[in-house]
Amino acid sequence: MCLAVPGKILSTSGEDTTRTAIVSFGGAEKEANLAFVPEAEVGDYVLVHAGFAISVVDPEEATQTLEYFRQIGELNELEPPK
Amino acid sequence: MADLSDSLGFTAACPAPLASQDHVTLAHGGGGRMMHSLLERVILPSFGHQPLVSRHDGAVLQTGSSRIAFTTDSYVVNPLFFPGGDIGTLAVTGTVNDLAMCGARPVALSVGFILEEGLPLATLEKVVASMTDTARTAGVAIVTGDTKVVDRGKADGVFVNTAGIGIIEHGLSIGPASVRSGDAILVSGDVGRHGVAIMAVREGLKFESAPETDCAPLHAPVLALLEAGVEVHCLRDLTRGGLATTLIEIAESSRLHLAVDEDRIAIAENVAGACELLGLDPLYLANEGRFAAFVPPAQADRALGILRSHAVSANATRVGTVDDAPASLVTLKSRIGTKRVLDMLSGEQLPRIC
Amino acid sequence: MKYVDEYRDRGKADACARAIAAVVTRPWAIMEVCGGQTHSIVRYGIDELLPEAITLLHGPGCPVCVTPLELIDKALLIAARPEVIFCSFGDMLRVPGSGSDLFSVKARGGDVRIVYSPLDALRLARENPHRQVVFFAVGFETTAPANAMAVFQAASQGIDNFSILVSHVLVPPAIEALLSAPDNRTQAFLAAGHVCTIMGFEEYVPLAARYRVPIVVTGFEPLDILQGILMAVRQLETGRAEVENQYARSVRKEGNLPAQALIRKVFRVVPRKWRGIGEIPASGLHLSEPFARFDAETRFGIAAYRAEEDSECISGEVLRGVKKPQQCPAFATRCTPERPLGATMVSSEGACSAYYQYRRHQARSAAGER
Repeated sequence: MCLAVPGKILSTSGEDTTRTAIVSFGGAEKEANLAFVPEAEVGDYVLVHAGFAISVVDPEEATQTLEYFRQIGELNELEPPK
Repeated sequence: MADLSDSLGFTAACPAPLASQDHVTLAHGGGGRMMHSLLERVILPSFGHQPLVSRHDGAVLQTGSSRIAFTTDSYVVNPLFFPGGDIGTLAVTGTVNDLAMCGARPVALSVGFILEEGLPLATLEKVVASMTDTARTAGVAIVTGDTKVVDRGKADGVFVNTAGIGIIEHGLSIGPASVRSGDAILVSGDVGRHGVAIMAVREGLKFESAPETDCAPLHAPVLALLEAGVEVHCLRDLTRGGLATTLIEIAESSRLHLAVDEDRIAIAENVAGACELLGLDPLYLANEGRFAAFVPPAQADRALGILRSHAVSANATRVGTVDDAPASLVTLKSRIGTKRVLDMLSGEQLPRIC
Repeated sequence: MKYVDEYRDRGKADACARAIAAVVTRPWAIMEVCGGQTHSIVRYGIDELLPEAITLLHGPGCPVCVTPLELIDKALLIAARPEVIFCSFGDMLRVPGSGSDLFSVKARGGDVRIVYSPLDALRLARENPHRQVVFFAVGFETTAPANAMAVFQAASQGIDNFSILVSHVLVPPAIEALLSAPDNRTQAFLAAGHVCTIMGFEEYVPLAARYRVPIVVTGFEPLDILQGILMAVRQLETGRAEVENQYARSVRKEGNLPAQALIRKVFRVVPRKWRGIGEIPASGLHLSEPFARFDAETRFGIAAYRAEEDSECISGEVLRGVKKPQQCPAFATRCTPERPLGATMVSSEGACSAYYQYRRHQARSAAGER
């Protein structure tokens, strides 16, 4: 398990356990339930699984992960290949 | 499917699924291995005529000094209406395109309706109007037809069959047997739209906004290629089973190797998004307005130029090259540069959660 | 697509592969636990990028694969009933039961419907008050909150013609069972990133310490998996055995608290049978007392049904990483995707299915066949 895909919240409605959002996945839009991410707002990216947002994507951590690869690349330049 | 024996001591051969199944299942219609098995074991051995056995999109027949192309297709899509089209649009376009894939100029279609008792007449009117419009745009005439009504529950609203004839004005033999090592593999546009459009309106999978079908007639760019003297070796529209299945079929028929670059295959962003969410692979999703063309490498650039001058193939790209080995296989180079062999799916692709 | 495409970058994948090669000094066996990760590894050929010394084992990370035979049979029994609309994720449709599968039941007239979310099944129940709607609630912890919410909403909205057939499994007990088995070969784990998005990763800390295995919470894109492997290998090479989080853009140490709260409310922990492995204590979820009336097994009177596994299928050993699919005598002969003996051949991330599609071609071209 399990397929969860990041999408951007375009709009929200309702509240508590029935709070939902229209989420855009590259332009394809589907409704998702926001009950598990009460802090999510319009413009946030959320991971959606089986019709539910399960986390809000942390943009700083996302950038850091990519930055890590850039650094690995630089380190590789300094070392002779095995 | 070819028998495979290898040095590890077992035979990786597809056993006869029909021997162990006594009913037709939906997987048999999915365009994958089970459908092929159904054809090979039950249908083709009985009919057996040469054009049928070559399993191309249409049959090419010699009548006197002319060659005509003849094809048929049935449309059982559910839902009847989907973003950008309906069963009527499909029924005309699909058959026009099968004729186009023979390099024929479409001339006339027949239409057979099987209507379910209780179908609203307004629905039928819409479908018929779509067919009229599509035929007019494609420059083809609907000249004969038939209508039957069956009991409620025996047809999904309406089933349509169309058969078409076209005139072949070129002298080429277009088909997998003409594909040569070194040929360029061209695809006329981005893939996966129709499959997603259909899935996205299915109950249980509904999207608020989904990609539209790519359903469109393809004979204009094809005839343009032929009229410009491009030596087209093979054409195939990318219907059920998608680009991947089409390429595998051609690799197996021609016994050549197709090397394809995933980076060069165009996929629209909203199609990619919907596929990610449902766990579908766009390479295996149906298209109704896209085709693959195999041309000699020296003519690839000219062919692309011609394709790109037509709206329906404006985003044509070269996705790969034919070579000799490993025979009968399609190898896909992934976006991160690794390679894997593409296999046919065993049945219809299903959305997944896992 | 944002937050997807960037993690499929070729240059970065190569950089990470080189970094792994630079660090490795001896053979290591690393298991990824999640079917989604297996899928990504096969699809992107990630093991091709790794040095020979690294072996990737594919663990029991596919809830489809580990759903016991008898639960599939129960699904088939329920789905065949005329008053039932049986809803399921697509994954389950082709998994073989004792003699049939849901796809075949559908072919014979059963009302079996694929849904994307358990809320779709609930909606069907609302729209069809005279039918019984049953949802096949399969999954790891990732899907448990969704299934819990469907039941919770059914209860609060008074939708009584809705029930779920529960087959929920929990990951940490399975990892412990694998680690404590005498034939265990796994030296490090890539933990399932979406399971941990819900549950956090605190429960892995005592496992890492007790069994001295690095556990890296990992995502699903090729760069995520490569980074997870790099982090695991670095730990192995320096003798560390800690829990690290590669998937920090989604996973927090404490996980998703509202989701956990709902799971605790609607479900309770029970022992569960894992297909091909056997019963693992405290490894599954079942409906808690206040929601027990939504249990489909009770509602349809089939809780006592039992079934025997096919003796030829070795998916259990494959799931534990002890055997490779091609070591199974039935692999690609009596057991194929068209006619599977076990779930690992059906599920798109079952190890057997992945090997069937990919490796048999590799074996064939290595054998030099024209």
